[in-house]
Amino acid sequence: MKKVLKGIYLALIILFLYLPIFTLMVLSFNEGKTMNAWTGFSFRWYREMFSNRTIMEALGNTLTIAFWAAAAATVVGVMACIGLNAMKEKHRSFFMGLNNIPLLNADIVTGISLMLSFLLFGISLNYGTVLFAHITFCIPYVILSVMPKFRQLENHTFEAALDLGASPAYAFFKVVLPDIMPGIISGFLLSFTMSVDDFVITHFTRGAGINTLSTLVYSQVKVGIRPTLYALSTVIFAAVFVILILVNIISNKREEKRA
Amino acid sequence: MRQMALIELVDISKSFDGELVLDEFNLKIKENEFITLLGPSGCGKTTTLRILGGFETPDTGRVMFQGEDITDLAPNKRQINTVFQKYALFPNMNIAENIAFGLKISGKSKEYIKDKVKYALKLVNLSGYEKRSVDSLSGGQQQRIAIARAIVNEPRVLLLDEPLGALDLKLRQEMQYELIRLKNELGITFLYVTHDQEEALTMSDKVVVMNQGYIQQMGTPEEIYNEPENAFVADFIGDSNIIDGVMMEDRIVKICGCVFPCIDEGFGKKKPVDVVIRPEDIIIGKPGEGILDGVVTSNVFIGVHYEMCIEAGGFEWLAQNTVSYPVGQKVSIRVTPENIQIMNKPQSEDEEALALDE
Ligand SMILES: Nc1ncnc2c1ncn2[C@@H]1O[C@H](COP(=O)(O)OP(=O)(O)OP(=O)(O)O)[C@@H](O)[C@H]1O
Ligand SMILES: [Mg+2]
Repeated sequence: MKKVLKGIYLALIILFLYLPIFTLMVLSFNEGKTMNAWTGFSFRWYREMFSNRTIMEALGNTLTIAFWAAAAATVVGVMACIGLNAMKEKHRSFFMGLNNIPLLNADIVTGISLMLSFLLFGISLNYGTVLFAHITFCIPYVILSVMPKFRQLENHTFEAALDLGASPAYAFFKVVLPDIMPGIISGFLLSFTMSVDDFVITHFTRGAGINTLSTLVYSQVKVGIRPTLYALSTVIFAAVFVILILVNIISNKREEKRA
Repeated sequence: MRQMALIELVDISKSFDGELVLDEFNLKIKENEFITLLGPSGCGKTTTLRILGGFETPDTGRVMFQGEDITDLAPNKRQINTVFQKYALFPNMNIAENIAFGLKISGKSKEYIKDKVKYALKLVNLSGYEKRSVDSLSGGQQQRIAIARAIVNEPRVLLLDEPLGALDLKLRQEMQYELIRLKNELGITFLYVTHDQEEALTMSDKVVVMNQGYIQQMGTPEEIYNEPENAFVADFIGDSNIIDGVMMEDRIVKICGCVFPCIDEGFGKKKPVDVVIRPEDIIIGKPGEGILDGVVTSNVFIGVHYEMCIEAGGFEWLAQNTVSYPVGQKVSIRVTPENIQIMNKPQSEDEEALALDE
């Protein structure tokens, strides 16, 4: 009895979480345009999606911005962690507090203030400003996921490497970097997701001509959403799903290797 | 020609957050010497090694290596290797890679490195561990790998921070023997840190007893053991009886109201002193035969001999003897004059330091 209840409960939660996405997936294969009737299976919307230049451009923008923003934020964030790690405890906790404020800040405040700053300095809004804005809000996430790894570093391994004749750079890349790599990877992935996910900040910092997926969807809501966007969402969902599984497999392999 | 010091620490002072850890510390280390820093926890031993290794900059003072000032030289430029107190092995590399780390940097050939790794593992009794991961080793095994990783580089100077602390007695003795053999074979100068006085006495050419950032006494193991300069050294090096006494005149000291002949001179008349008597130097006899009469209050067998407490003259004497005297037995004690060690009483810590600085 207890087992059955448990099963039902679990099924309900999964249903609750995944039913909306499932609906969307099903509808993306619907022949007709309406949401309320199944008229037959077809790849029509997928074909339309891949031949639609606006969508493809928005997809390209989203992915390149997310990649470069995550990459830049990871480099800056890791360097910031090196500095933070060398600080005295008191100063470090002060700067870590400072790092947390942007995370808690409402997106709309970040977005508007970035827009105002760009305009103030006479920078016209375009692809570059969006990328810059994304780098800005990704850095705290990288610091947040890399810093704990720095704190758990094996005692004095960096010094031991220097002692054995390594230059500071060699010691960092050979000894410190492999140890903090899991933090760096999760910081990068987190930044990437945050960037793909973002609508508000992008909305305020993009110029007229450029769209990411989220702003494109937003602009299409006004004229009515076409099922091409269902198809697009399905593709994105599937991609994320595959990536997640891959990440899990890789990290499991790593664990096994260490054990 | 006088042998030049290989390493010289000149007037090194270091404080952390306003707390003085090393105070005007001076030390000379000759080529091929085995020097041990001995002292209680927190007395600044690791800090001294870290200054030598280049990981800490002294507030004042200089570090000299072969007559050259290396105070500001980066750690990777020093011909010094360290065995860290906390091992500091590289967890992302296997054991062979750990040991090969320094050799790779100095550009040795693959063949040479492979041989050396094998040799080093054999030396620390861990042959065949090349492919193991660091996490899979016990504390003692990790400690031995740390030793192997440092010695394969054949540095001029090896700093060892309690390198045998995690080993059991038998293994520790084996490793002590190996380290000394290695030192003689390779001609490496050793600066060794331990708080195990027995280890310090058996291994070193010279022992430096430290407390609270000061050198309390420096000398050969025999000097340190037989002629401690003050109560701290006497107490730290082995068990001893440290008793208040009064130097009546040259060669006569009064302890517990009784007069003991001794061999020390030049302390003046009626001068309060500290008297050190080693437990094994107390001769136990029948009542009335010795200088003081007393009674045995405890008796423990500690291997080889019995350790007894004898209440005599208002003082609890620690005595060691191969003959056992049961608790409650009335006995007498005496000490031959040359086994009585007289020391000045330290007036205050500052004065104690001043006296040692000269
Ligand atoms: N980085 C540091 N910051 C602040 N205080 C420190 C630092 N390093 C050492 N100390 C302090 O300096 C003193 C001496 O430390 P040190 O590590 O040299 O002692 P030690 O003689 O090696 O002791 P042990 O036998 O326990 O290893 C201690 O009181 C310690 O708290
Ligand atoms: Mg120490």
